[in-house]
Amino acid sequence: MSDNVIRVENLYKEYRLGVLGHGTLARDLQSWWARVRGKEDPNTKIGHDYRSDGKKFLALENVSFEVKQGEVLGIIGRNGAGKSTLLKILSRVTAPTKGTVKIKGRIASLLEVGTGFHPELTGRENIYLNGAILGMTKKEIDKKFDEIVDFAEIEKFIDTPVKRYSSGMYVRLAFAVAAHLEPEILLVDEVLAVGDASFQKKCLGKMGEVAKGGRTVLFVSHNMPMVEKLCPRGILLEEGSLVCNSDIQHVLNRYKFADEDEVCRTPATLNLPNLGLEIRQVYLNKEYTNIKPYMPLAVELEIYAKNELHGLAFNLTISRDNCDSFIFSTSTMPHNNFEVVIKPGLNRIVCHIKELNLCSGTYYLGLGVSFPRVETIFFEREFLKFKIEDSMIRDSVLPSIPAYGLVYLDHTWWMSYGQ
Amino acid sequence: MAEHTMKEASAKIKMREKENSEQWTTVIKPRTGWFDINLSELWRYRDLIALFVRRDFVAQYKQTILGPTWFLLQPLFTAIVFTVVFGRIAQIPTDGLPQFLFYMAGVTAWNYFAACLTKTSDTFVANTSIFGKVYFPRLAVPIAIVITNLISFTIQFVLFIAFTVYFYAQGSSIEPNIWVFAIPLLLIQMAALGLGVGIIVSSLTTKYRDLAYLVGFGTQLWMYATPIVYPISQIPAKWQWVFLFNPMAAVIGTFRYAFLGKSAVQLPQLALSAALTILVFFIGIVLFSRVEKTFMDTV
Repeated sequence: MSDNVIRVENLYKEYRLGVLGHGTLARDLQSWWARVRGKEDPNTKIGHDYRSDGKKFLALENVSFEVKQGEVLGIIGRNGAGKSTLLKILSRVTAPTKGTVKIKGRIASLLEVGTGFHPELTGRENIYLNGAILGMTKKEIDKKFDEIVDFAEIEKFIDTPVKRYSSGMYVRLAFAVAAHLEPEILLVDEVLAVGDASFQKKCLGKMGEVAKGGRTVLFVSHNMPMVEKLCPRGILLEEGSLVCNSDIQHVLNRYKFADEDEVCRTPATLNLPNLGLEIRQVYLNKEYTNIKPYMPLAVELEIYAKNELHGLAFNLTISRDNCDSFIFSTSTMPHNNFEVVIKPGLNRIVCHIKELNLCSGTYYLGLGVSFPRVETIFFEREFLKFKIEDSMIRDSVLPSIPAYGLVYLDHTWWMSYGQ
Repeated sequence: MAEHTMKEASAKIKMREKENSEQWTTVIKPRTGWFDINLSELWRYRDLIALFVRRDFVAQYKQTILGPTWFLLQPLFTAIVFTVVFGRIAQIPTDGLPQFLFYMAGVTAWNYFAACLTKTSDTFVANTSIFGKVYFPRLAVPIAIVITNLISFTIQFVLFIAFTVYFYAQGSSIEPNIWVFAIPLLLIQMAALGLGVGIIVSSLTTKYRDLAYLVGFGTQLWMYATPIVYPISQIPAKWQWVFLFNPMAAVIGTFRYAFLGKSAVQLPQLALSAALTILVFFIGIVLFSRVEKTFMDTV
């Protein structure tokens, strides 16, 4: 008797690249006509053995693994390694191109909390709606209702439309519903990045509880310390292939080793076709080459847009390998009330940090794009990796900021004697 | 070497046996076959459908002053405008029926069909953000739309009945008859046809967005190709066969006949219309089941 609850066998996922435009219909008819006559489809290339041949792209290539009952499995890998594609297939958002996945029990994903929240509906109505979308029956939600409200700490506002909620309340409510789902298998993708520190802690506790309750958790994250803490075992994906499936220490070492020779990854790009938006460049100090402590840091996003966009917010974070939470996080909304108006063509958004009082070392710049309170469109904790070099503090004669702190706080010392 | 492969083969067989003994609840496979709709699963998600209905209905008129009154004003104003434009100005005859009631009957029934069609036609595109994150039977969304529209139809239907009673009491020449009992069947047919066309369009719009633009005025054109603003008796006999290809013509005709009398119901026409509806509905379901699994990759 085996106690596997997930078995992934030779999984492939292929994406078609390029724009689907006016030519598609004609091509599709051509392919279809060829198939009808039993001839070869003129639109498929034969013998493409590369991962990408310009038209097609393998996001997952022959991935096989098993997950046992009650296991907490970490899935790690760099951007575009196929982690999210894997979760999407597991949560049945999209179907694989080849291969099978077998699952025992109900599977639920926290790919993005707050799915299906309707801004006009009240908290109560949204709990039911969201719960049902996630696969709960009305009875189950009835039973859990008080617990959910308690967990989210929103008793007072339960009958207020969620569009009047603060973003914190919104996220708390969304996570609370998802956390009380009680599926046999839980898929978590980077959601713990949201909310304040104390709420994060609560969520972590909930996840641990879920795992202890004999349920299986698949955890995708860029936050290595968190993965290390939560998952005894992990798998590492590289360019769509599973390269390591072992205990977490081993997998993390392998990941770090592969990561080492890669320094500052400018330019990083991001394409958000749904918004008609493309972040073409992210510059760190466009004019200066080095990033030094106590020097200004200018993060510049070069965004190309197809159409005008309002209400979008950009979020920047700074984090570090050996630290769970963010060192720094800022958003154009709602803290700064800096309204982003994207115009067609090229847009530049600059976040200027006057004094970067961080110690030398390797850091990650995180980038988020969202409609505040409505939808997080993109968030990547390790969007860009950068190094802060050793240097003198300001114009003083002191040596570099010691590396055993995280930040440098402006301070002075003094002494006094006697009375 | 041979022994080695033997061992491997026997191990494989053992594995397969083991696999058969395991109870998998879900097996995710690439898209297979041409029909892949899981009805029992849809039934399990009935609570979700109910909540979608509630959401659509409640959210529709939040932050409006008149609220659900809009359900009544829409057909009322349309019927008034039709009476003025087509009845008074264009002077299109209405088989001797009160003009207002004639248009009201057509508009009430047509509205239900048109709403089912247009609102289900953007199922995939409008719900990308939900569909992209979580799985539930995608068919739940268009089904919920059809049910939501049924509620607004009921409200409008009550208004229509009220006017019918009023005109009857005033001594107008209307003759409600036994066909009134066929109304539920007509409703099912309109729902199936609207849903069928709607999900065909929604399945195709995942790839070809052009269709989304077509839906709005396509429905408008379809309305004028259906005897809504004119009775079928006004069409020259030698052209009436054209209406055989419009399943809505028979439905509207029957609906109007049931309450008002006049303009007859032709059973063969009705049967053909039902057959066409079933065909469209079936094609819709098949297309939908083909698209729902991988549309996230193309949308």
